[in-house]
Amino acid sequence: MTLPNSLRTQPDERGHFGQFGGRYVAETLMPMILELERAYRAAKADPAFQAEFDDLLAHYVGRPSPLYYAERLTEALRESAPAGMGPKVYFKRDELNHTGAHKINNCIGQILLARRMGKTRIIAETGAGQHGVATATVAARFGLPCTIYMGARDVERQSPNVFRMKLLGAEVRAVESGARTLKDAMNEALRDWVANVENTFYIIGTAAGPHPYPELVRDFQSVIGREAREQMLEREGRLPDLLVAAIGGGSNAIGLFHPFLDDADVAMLGVEAAGHGLETDQHAASLAGGRPGVLHGNKTFLLQDEDGQITEAHSISAGLDYPGIGPEHSWLHEIGRVQYESATDREALDAFQLLCRTEGIIPALEPSHAIAAVVRKSKEMKQDRIILANLCGRGDKDIFTVADALGVAL
Amino acid sequence: MSDRLSAIFARCRAQGRAALVTFVTGGDPTPAATSAILDALVEGGADIIELGMPFTDPMADGPAIQRANLRSLGAGTTTHDLLEIARAFRARHPDTPLILMGYANPMLARGADWFAREAAAAGVDGVICVDVPPEEDDALGPALRAAGLHPIRLATPTTDAARLPAVLDGASGFVYYVSVAGITGLQQAAQHSIDAAVARLRAATDLPIAVGFGIRSPEQAAAIGRIADAVVVGSAIVDLVGSEGANAPHAVRQFVSALAEACARQEHAA
Repeated sequence: MTLPNSLRTQPDERGHFGQFGGRYVAETLMPMILELERAYRAAKADPAFQAEFDDLLAHYVGRPSPLYYAERLTEALRESAPAGMGPKVYFKRDELNHTGAHKINNCIGQILLARRMGKTRIIAETGAGQHGVATATVAARFGLPCTIYMGARDVERQSPNVFRMKLLGAEVRAVESGARTLKDAMNEALRDWVANVENTFYIIGTAAGPHPYPELVRDFQSVIGREAREQMLEREGRLPDLLVAAIGGGSNAIGLFHPFLDDADVAMLGVEAAGHGLETDQHAASLAGGRPGVLHGNKTFLLQDEDGQITEAHSISAGLDYPGIGPEHSWLHEIGRVQYESATDREALDAFQLLCRTEGIIPALEPSHAIAAVVRKSKEMKQDRIILANLCGRGDKDIFTVADALGVAL
Repeated sequence: MSDRLSAIFARCRAQGRAALVTFVTGGDPTPAATSAILDALVEGGADIIELGMPFTDPMADGPAIQRANLRSLGAGTTTHDLLEIARAFRARHPDTPLILMGYANPMLARGADWFAREAAAAGVDGVICVDVPPEEDDALGPALRAAGLHPIRLATPTTDAARLPAVLDGASGFVYYVSVAGITGLQQAAQHSIDAAVARLRAATDLPIAVGFGIRSPEQAAAIGRIADAVVVGSAIVDLVGSEGANAPHAVRQFVSALAEACARQEHAA
């Protein structure tokens, strides 16, 4: 159900979320983007498509993911909070999905679309490697050849995921251009796509890129928020007071937030990566430190200089290390429906260790930024309040990065 | 509307030859070195100059022009430098059309109106923006038209008959046919497919048709020149700028002369 004044009816028919989004692509890709939009509209209206998607999410991915009351974390936060403060903290456990993150939800949806469109080859970009692994996984599951573009720097710092992708049969191409991270991998994937549009489907990993990607990625990820809403009503008999999620491109966050956008009493907090700090130029907080511009097919907040040259992002988390953000987040920021803050590398590392010790859960560095914001917010929210944070990935892939940051030799 | 472009196409038509359009990246290898390279293009016989605006993320470009963008930005080239290069070019070459080519973000960074106004004041004739398709024309097109600049549109092998009218609606100056579905500087399309595409475009527009992407030799330029109104060569020149160092103006002049001769010796069919 969408209400007349719903915030859930974006984008418009041209793919705009307010002034953001759109289809800023080379002419070669434009017919392909239009074809994708038609195919997606048809799939969305086809009960058989939805049924196949739901079936794979249930039996292949392992959904619904649990909604978990983090009792010991809640207690620990209450101990350091002012008297009467310290809300109940729940986690949406998307790190328990097959492949260890929320990325697989979107990949299942997109590969079903690729098959519907008769595409025979899959490409994707990846930063931390989670989307690359999820894409390689669904490509293996459906028997399609798959090429993953990954910045050479990320290949170095995420070598376990590189090996996983190769085990799954994907070809991993290390991208040597630019800063050799996610942005450059996306450039290279777009170059591949423009040269192979006839047979190739590009599985974009976040809710960004040209229309209809931001919309369809959000729709596939919205299973997170739909489940969480239902689970919370069942557990607590009411909706949470605050949703918290980390933001790189922002697919896990929009997946959690979107089903709640019309619930006026539910506040939302997106957490960008502040790297070494917003006061340095070593961060990845596009909303806090950027301004609107055009990159990778959409208009959105970008880290850039006064000439519109894109500046390098930095985060300890490879998955957040991107100088842009999905266009729907730019819009939600502009209209004020969602608040956006940031957490530094150091805060994320502290939160990472806190969750390990209090809950026996090793989170990925990406949601560790969300947990850092939960720690902060717990000091200002009363004990009868409820926070729901998205635990969008597990931390096995990050143990080497964390060991390095903590000065531990493995 | 500035008419340097229509004048040059009329002259080439009268001479029975295709126009030669040459591309280099502005500020490559340095802002100071660009003027001599632009002069070499004109002296070699280029009819129209495309000046690339460097961008950190040139998504539609192959390795040659990617490297040129990096060299230029590495030398500290700014938008202000680009406009100065254009202004100085216009002072030295009052009649040679100058087109800015690049990506949306640097063009929109200070607002489309600012960019269009400054480009027009610098003596630029038209703008090719790779990642503003007709669907997003509002972002840039109105500002260019208001400033008297030609918004030059791209058509590609994937632009089908249903879509072509939308591409041509609002196009001016010439139509740039990107002959390969791919990035700049790599392979060339089969001649017969280019022939067919140019014929389709001719049936749909009276604008001159330029063909580019993958044209690296005088022989290829001659073959394209037989069917198109203009031949665009970019990556092959950019490679010379990258490899020849201080000798680049000389090498570029020689290479462009050979291209110009190839365009001139063909009886133009159209």
